[in-house]
Amino acid sequence: MPTTSTTTHVTLTLTDLTRMLRESAGEEEGVDLDGDVIDTPFMDLGYDSLALLQVIGQIQREYGIEIPDDAVVDAETPGALLALVNAGQAGQADAA
Amino acid sequence: MSRTAVVTGLGVTAPNGLGTESYWKATLAGESGLGPVTRFDASGYPSRVAGEIADYVAEEHIPSRLMPQTDHMTRLALTAADWALADAGMDPAELPEYGVGCVTSASGGAVEFGQRELQNLWSKGKEYVSAYQSFAWFYAVNTGQISIRNKLRGPSGVLLTEQAGGIDSLGQARRYVRKGFPAVISGGVDAPLCPWGWVPQIASGLLSTVNDPARAYLPFSAEASGYVPGEGGAILLIEDAEAARTRGAAHRYGEIAGYAATLDPPPGSGRPPGLRRAAENALADAGVTPGDIDVVFADAAGTPALDRAESAALVALFGPRAVPVTAPKTMTGRLLAGGAALDAATALLALRDGVIPPTAHVTGPAPDQQIDLVTEAREAPLRTALVLARGHGGFNAALVVRRHPDA
Repeated sequence: MPTTSTTTHVTLTLTDLTRMLRESAGEEEGVDLDGDVIDTPFMDLGYDSLALLQVIGQIQREYGIEIPDDAVVDAETPGALLALVNAGQAGQADAA
Repeated sequence: MSRTAVVTGLGVTAPNGLGTESYWKATLAGESGLGPVTRFDASGYPSRVAGEIADYVAEEHIPSRLMPQTDHMTRLALTAADWALADAGMDPAELPEYGVGCVTSASGGAVEFGQRELQNLWSKGKEYVSAYQSFAWFYAVNTGQISIRNKLRGPSGVLLTEQAGGIDSLGQARRYVRKGFPAVISGGVDAPLCPWGWVPQIASGLLSTVNDPARAYLPFSAEASGYVPGEGGAILLIEDAEAARTRGAAHRYGEIAGYAATLDPPPGSGRPPGLRRAAENALADAGVTPGDIDVVFADAAGTPALDRAESAALVALFGPRAVPVTAPKTMTGRLLAGGAALDAATALLALRDGVIPPTAHVTGPAPDQQIDLVTEAREAPLRTALVLARGHGGFNAALVVRRHPDA
């Protein structure tokens, strides 16, 4: 279980994200989340905005961080979401 | 001549049988699905018996993407809809894009999902509430999810008339068929077995507090003490008879020949309840007389006053002990929005096989109720059946189903 302290920053990996996608929103038939999906749009992976909202909720709970609501719209791919989350974390750590 | 609505597919999820044939076999054998509540801790409540579906494994029926966003109720409904379509041999994609609709009945919505997320909200905080709470609890959710999964773009809707809803949804489906839509997925499935679904039923004062599963729900008997709730229901595929013929549908369980709904007058009005009028109107709608009805599937509320009112309506309409009356829901419990849909499916199976399923656990009607209550499966030539339902709050619905010549 990752720490929930905001003063220690943990880098979210694609493996973490795909695990949480499966747990929060399930896995579309015919999609292999273990494949090369980092730049595949979430829509092509079978996830709509509500699924993203759900997984972002899980990231926030597990990592004790806050992610802006706009992330659902701004992050169109797993890579973009990871960059957004990890940059935000770095920002929070810098601010601390 | 208006279009004829026929039933070409059935999907049943019931406490005494998962899948149509499994349910029908158990029902004819008088096998009950009532037992002590296991789905939640009911030990603190006065009523502790329910009809639970024990052998349903959601992961075997529901795609991964739908699991986090569906309540138990919606999973059962999606499964029943899949089975109804498979039974009818229909792929909605082969029909006109806007041709297939979906109308189901509902009561309180997906209460188990809703309760869990509200508990998350108040005990942990808003960050712990599922994003899917935005729709997964909603009473229209079964119609929505069935429509999305099967890419239905025809007319859709949801009817909330408590236990009468299963019939009202079939009546509405028939309206759409008459308007020219070739097919409508209809019926109802409910799953109120959680504290949120339980407590309002206790508050109605109509729930049995007898906690022996074989004695808790004894409609029409001298020992009637209320009803037992259950989960499940039936989804039926309603088709225009011509459209079914054109696509070569394998079978027709029967025709939706008559339908009517009435509301009871307010308490204290002195006017009679509306059940008899609903039955009379449904018969008139079907163009049949009481003598044409071969069997009645009763509402069977299970409380003495409501049972007497139903018996009196039947005696007034048919005469004393003039028509066989049955209540196979004694083996499933009352399924709220799913109950009347399951009764309609059961009536169609009875027509198919020429056998009336029994009212389980009941040895006979109370002396003041002059009905021919079927307590053991009875073979009979069946052509036309009347299905009755009453919903808490004054709803009455009646459905006449009849064998169809194309069967």
